[in-house]
Amino acid sequence: MLAWTIYISFLGVLVLLLLPKGNAAAARKVAMLSALAGLLVALAGFVQFKAGEIVTVAKLPWVPSLGLEYHLAADGISLTLVLLTGLAAVGGILFSWNLEHRAQEFFAFYLALIGGVYGVFLSFDLFLLFVFYEIAIVPKYFIIAIWGSTRKEYGAMKLALFSFIGSAMVLVGLIAAYVVSGAHTFNVLELAKYPFPHDFQMWAFPLVFVGFAILAGMWPFHTWAPTGHVAAPTAASMLLAGVVMKLGAYGCLRVAMTVFPQGLENWSFGVMGLHSWRDVIALLAVIGIVYGALVALVQKDFKFVIGYSSVSHMGFVLLGLVTLNTIGLSGAVLQMFSHGIIAGLLFAVVGRMVYERTHTRELSVLEGLNLVRAMPFAAVTFVIAGCASMGLPGFSGFVAELQVLIGAWQAYPTFAVIAGVGIIIGVAYTLRAMQKAFFGEAHKPLTPVLSPSAGGRKSPSSDEPHHAMDAISVPERLGAVILIGVSLLIGLYPRLLLDVVVPSFDSPLFDWLRKGGPQ
Amino acid sequence: MSYLEVLKLAAPEGIVVLTALAVLGIDLTSVRGLDTRLRFVIGGMVACVGCAAAIAWMLAMPEHANAMTGMLVVDPLTQLVKVALLALTIFTVLISIESNFTTHVGEYLTMILLATLGMMFMVSAEDILMIFVALEMTSLSLYILTAFNKRNIKSAEAALKYFLFGGMSAAFLLFGLSLIYGLSGSTNLGEIATALKGNGLDPLLVVAIVMTVIGFGFKVAAVPFHLWAPDAYEGAPTPSAAFIASGSKVASFFLFAKVLMIGFHGQEVEGSAAWLDFASGWVPTMAIVAGMSMVLGNLAAIVQGNVKRLLAYSAVAHAGYALLGLTANSDQGAAALIYYVITYGLTTVGAFGAVAVVEQATGDAQLTSFAGLSRRAPVVSLCMMVFMLSLAGIPPLAGFFGKFYVFVAAVAAAKNLGLLWLVILAIAMSAVSLFYYLQVLKRIYIADAPAGAPSIVVPRVTQVTLAVVALGVFLLGCFPGWLVGWIERAMALVPH
Repeated sequence: MLAWTIYISFLGVLVLLLLPKGNAAAARKVAMLSALAGLLVALAGFVQFKAGEIVTVAKLPWVPSLGLEYHLAADGISLTLVLLTGLAAVGGILFSWNLEHRAQEFFAFYLALIGGVYGVFLSFDLFLLFVFYEIAIVPKYFIIAIWGSTRKEYGAMKLALFSFIGSAMVLVGLIAAYVVSGAHTFNVLELAKYPFPHDFQMWAFPLVFVGFAILAGMWPFHTWAPTGHVAAPTAASMLLAGVVMKLGAYGCLRVAMTVFPQGLENWSFGVMGLHSWRDVIALLAVIGIVYGALVALVQKDFKFVIGYSSVSHMGFVLLGLVTLNTIGLSGAVLQMFSHGIIAGLLFAVVGRMVYERTHTRELSVLEGLNLVRAMPFAAVTFVIAGCASMGLPGFSGFVAELQVLIGAWQAYPTFAVIAGVGIIIGVAYTLRAMQKAFFGEAHKPLTPVLSPSAGGRKSPSSDEPHHAMDAISVPERLGAVILIGVSLLIGLYPRLLLDVVVPSFDSPLFDWLRKGGPQ
Repeated sequence: MSYLEVLKLAAPEGIVVLTALAVLGIDLTSVRGLDTRLRFVIGGMVACVGCAAAIAWMLAMPEHANAMTGMLVVDPLTQLVKVALLALTIFTVLISIESNFTTHVGEYLTMILLATLGMMFMVSAEDILMIFVALEMTSLSLYILTAFNKRNIKSAEAALKYFLFGGMSAAFLLFGLSLIYGLSGSTNLGEIATALKGNGLDPLLVVAIVMTVIGFGFKVAAVPFHLWAPDAYEGAPTPSAAFIASGSKVASFFLFAKVLMIGFHGQEVEGSAAWLDFASGWVPTMAIVAGMSMVLGNLAAIVQGNVKRLLAYSAVAHAGYALLGLTANSDQGAAALIYYVITYGLTTVGAFGAVAVVEQATGDAQLTSFAGLSRRAPVVSLCMMVFMLSLAGIPPLAGFFGKFYVFVAAVAAAKNLGLLWLVILAIAMSAVSLFYYLQVLKRIYIADAPAGAPSIVVPRVTQVTLAVVALGVFLLGCFPGWLVGWIERAMALVPH
């Protein structure tokens, strides 16, 4: 039944392609229906799920001579991320409700991207996972290059090429694994059991891990992320930072760490205090956390602040992955979910609520606009989202980062401390951006509008924002409420997710974790 | 074997001959006075019906025989390749119906059919004399097809370059083949292999191998024998370029594989291209040629401003990927090669069809002429997106699975992942290729059409043809098991 998340998305694409041109209203309704249906299926699957098991959704032979199967299955981790995708998809469409220019094509590419992402999270055949992973690359290019803003063509091409190079690295590793195992299958359960030679895993692991980590925004391969996020239109930024970066992290966990676990073991030598790929990744993750935060602190463009904060938050995910204990790993998965929601919210405020009305993202300009009077809803939403992003208790970010830090303390105490410092810098850049964007001194205040309109938008005029702006429309309010609500819900009662995620580490897919793995 | 039996085996070829004569006859006599487009439609329909009849004959009456020790080999594998060739011919004829570069309709369609005939004989040949005759028949037809646009000097230049290069390569090939005859005393590929066994890598044999590789390398546009390709593709009328890029590639690769894998069979002659395990032979030669083709083809395509030249350099790159399957020198490698070139041919016919539409509407095939195509001709643009992404190797399209299959075959071929170095190069170059394919799509989908550009009316025939080809590429990519299974079943029935 969960496979319907994929099918409904692609069916939506088909319907959108057949719609008559120019009918933006119909396009967005079709897209919303598709995304909502996908979310409902994901929720239903989540609710019915029995923790700790692996649910097979579909298993059909695809190319028998090569042993390729159409194998879809879900464990707790997959389900969490499928749920995230559903929420992000609905949120993205709500925040794109006012799009008129080539709306039909936009939503077609959008749904194709969503379908690809659902496919990655549900695939248990690594070839199928790779297929869906690559399917997700092309729509991103078009969405950014057609509907984006700053340096959109450059940002789109950079993102496409980086993603493709990452997936090229993964393909090399997968083909090598397929041939070496001689098992004539890409089933992740089979490949996880196969004892690959130690030397083979020593080079295959970093290749595949880095290939996926490029998409996860690991430092120093993260440079596509700020450029791409800034160039992308709001819904795409929400998806990119919210879901697509998680594809990379999921790949790291599901493919690299599951199939080549010995790659994490110690080498016979040490380099500058690093004794294994695990150490290297932990170091890069922590550098990413601190570097992302420090760079976000000095940004002049509001959206760049959020872009770099995504890099920083993804560092927590990667750190959690290499702690190799249940609490760190479940923290990483929870951080994937939490950051997906929060990043979506932040980009929604910056892109949809602020940029589309003021036509500027320069913090120095926004400072003079006293936006807290002009758009109080946006200000409140950003304050709440900012608090969630900072890791304030009560929101999902706190639970996730806490777990990662506890897990990291057991494995890498020094790095845990540095990551904690990163959180503090996170407070700094969030408050700075918040203060400048919304609470600046009013040099040229904007007149607030009182009642929400039905979501229409004015045509973009010159950059002087002296005229009245549209109020925050109903779809935007709805989207903000939903996303804040989810973050709050998980923050207050994380067991909703943890009860599903933590037992999945007991499944046979994680035997390597227990089998005297490096601690 | 009596001539009647040979004729029965060669029935599909006979049907194609009759179709060619019919098209020529009808055009020269009854429809002479009509408008060019109508003559094209009538001639095209006759040609398509004839090719379809040949396909139907082969599917309904599968044969398995070897006439005159290799002069005409008919088995399930050759029949599969011939079906693919005829399908590509049908699509080429369909996209040429709306063209306006010539009024010599009957002659044009006949040349296409005669080239197809030559290709069909190429595919069935396992005797070096027959190989050469069939190769020349195809090549001469293709030279003429390239020159068909008498109003454009580029067409004549392209044809002359193609002819001179081709003539030289044919000379090299003939010299190499005669050396092989001298060394082995036989013209049949199987017997040649037996005769060459045990003599090691004779220096004269090395010369023969190199000359053969030169001759065939020209046909498949592999580096460094590719110099004719960009000019020929750019200057030739677009349907001719489509045919050269698709049909002749399929036949040439298949024949190349046969000659190398059957004729030069044997450990000493083959050698090895595995990492840290190089041994002289034709396998490392092909590995180098493949590597150079991939690198040069992709890098040169990046800077092209004309889409036809871009497709030419990408053809060089794809020749490199296909040769990977050949370098693997295994059953899986051969199957992967055949899958790859068939799907590549299909995609290329479609891509050139879309280019033909733009060329007719705007006058040239420069990248800038494609600007805003998605708003002016949405169906053609969507088809072009499918073709470009398939060539780039994006799933779930046929090009992706073709590449994957070739890569798996190459890595599985030599022990200890010997050919992985070549596969890594291929995958890296494939990533590079995404850049220039996206450039074409960028023009189509993102750039705006120049102000005042008239809307493009795409003829119904072209739209339907492109849509069918795009759908085929998509389905072959989503369900590759069908074609892969067919190829592997056919190979299992063929003794080698």
